[in-house]
Amino acid sequence: MIRVEDLVKRYKKAETNAVDGISFQVKAGEFFVLLGPNGAGKTTTISILTTTLSPTSGGATIDGSDIVREASAVRRKVGIIFQRPSLDQNLTAEENVRFHAVLYGIFPYSPTYGLMARGYRAKVEELARLLGIARDIHKPIRTFSGGMRRKLEIMRSLLHDPKVLFLDEPTAGLDVPTRRTLWEHLSEVRRTSGTTIFLTTHYLEEAEEADRICIIDKGKVVSFGTPDEIKRDLVEDYVLVDASDRSALRDELARLGHTTSGGAPFKVQLDGHTVHSILRSIETPLSVVKTHTPTLEDAYLEIVGRSE
Amino acid sequence: MSEASAILAIAHRDFIKLLRDRARIISSFAFPLIFIGVLGSSLQSGFGNGGGPNLLVFVFTGVLGMTIWQSTAQGIISLIADREQDFSQEIFVSPISRYSIIVGKILGESLVALPQAAGILAFAVILRIPLSLEQLARMIPALLVVAVFGGAFGVIVLANLGSQRAAQQIFPFILLPQYFLAGLFNPIGNLPLPLDILSKISPLRYAVDLTRDAYYSTTGERVQLFDAATNLAIMVAMFVLFMVVGTFLFVRAERNR
Repeated sequence: MIRVEDLVKRYKKAETNAVDGISFQVKAGEFFVLLGPNGAGKTTTISILTTTLSPTSGGATIDGSDIVREASAVRRKVGIIFQRPSLDQNLTAEENVRFHAVLYGIFPYSPTYGLMARGYRAKVEELARLLGIARDIHKPIRTFSGGMRRKLEIMRSLLHDPKVLFLDEPTAGLDVPTRRTLWEHLSEVRRTSGTTIFLTTHYLEEAEEADRICIIDKGKVVSFGTPDEIKRDLVEDYVLVDASDRSALRDELARLGHTTSGGAPFKVQLDGHTVHSILRSIETPLSVVKTHTPTLEDAYLEIVGRSE
Repeated sequence: MSEASAILAIAHRDFIKLLRDRARIISSFAFPLIFIGVLGSSLQSGFGNGGGPNLLVFVFTGVLGMTIWQSTAQGIISLIADREQDFSQEIFVSPISRYSIIVGKILGESLVALPQAAGILAFAVILRIPLSLEQLARMIPALLVVAVFGGAFGVIVLANLGSQRAAQQIFPFILLPQYFLAGLFNPIGNLPLPLDILSKISPLRYAVDLTRDAYYSTTGERVQLFDAATNLAIMVAMFVLFMVVGTFLFVRAERNR
């Protein structure tokens, strides 16, 4: 569905690339998460994929349409939830929805709700019912809660049946309960519409339900795969051992067939063994034993920490 | 068809936003009213008895044209700030053409300028500035032309400014000199050559002169510099130039950030 190849973006007057040669693919119907710390290049990537920014080099296609040469076709195929709210405060919920529908050519323009096509009004009524705002749909957006606005934006972005729905840190600035209900709403949307979802976030926990995750940092892909694969890739489980007789320990570890890396103290990869069984197999008297079994979160924080 | 619909939707949105934003309506009247009420009245009472035109009326016609022209121009330039805010983000990622966005925005900002024109005209009546129905009938189409022309000026400025910061810092410098070069408050009929050249390349001059022509053509006084046809011809030429070059640069700069 999405194919990104060696994408590079350097902003004017910038000395480094905001996006530095990333490549990945997203399959149809997938829940894909682009994960990375602030400033990693997530929003830049989304802007390029949604055609509001030209790449410096490299390219991408969405559902077979090239993001540079067939920008208009791409725009028709994608829906976007921006980092910043994209509803007009002074317009009513319905007006916000109406202008979207007209811009995407779904219904012709009419100056009032009553004059809009019957199909449009049916759609708005359905939408209002789903969101439980039947009574407030004609009230200005500024009277809505932050969570409700986000939900309305998601519903609005699905009006033109996009093949891919991009969400750029949709939960930024929302409190925990709101974030949770928004999440449930999004899972519901996925179940019913089957739309490919492309989400960016810097919260690891939001990536855990993804089909696949791509972690980027400083514009480069750090890790890519299913959450389990990412875990295996990023999380290094090992036990650190040392002895006063280092050469004896090195020989013994080699004889036992343990994978070690670097010099002393030795990192013995667990490779599915328990720390206990490894330690028990070593005869050489040990002077140092340290275990290292981080969670995925620890591993991710290491990446984030490095960039700060 | 859908592009035309989209243009109307963009224009309609601008208009609703104005109607629901009371602070903006009030502030949009503040400057013209100060210029006309304070500056125009005091010029007339101080210098106005030398046999020339009534200075209150002179300032009123100038400020009216300027306000409408500047309102649309500024509305278009606000696209720089808007593109990362509220619904405008949606407009920029929607499948409609960039040209439709510009056209819709000019139409919308022109609609926004019209209630301002109505407010200033009402103020003129309060100040007992003579205003006949015939003058009104001539001024309304002239002001529509001025509004659309201001939009084109906005496009060429927009295309050459990279950021909102630049817009806020530079815009006063390209606007304020034009107040004087276009002769809002001062006569520009006998300028020294360098100023005359600057005056003649100031787009605002033609917007103001067209407005004045519509007012004074029935009074017998000769305050306007060119006749309507000359002003219109120059404005059409500038309009085409601004739109073609401006839209081209804007669309290009939009994606090559």
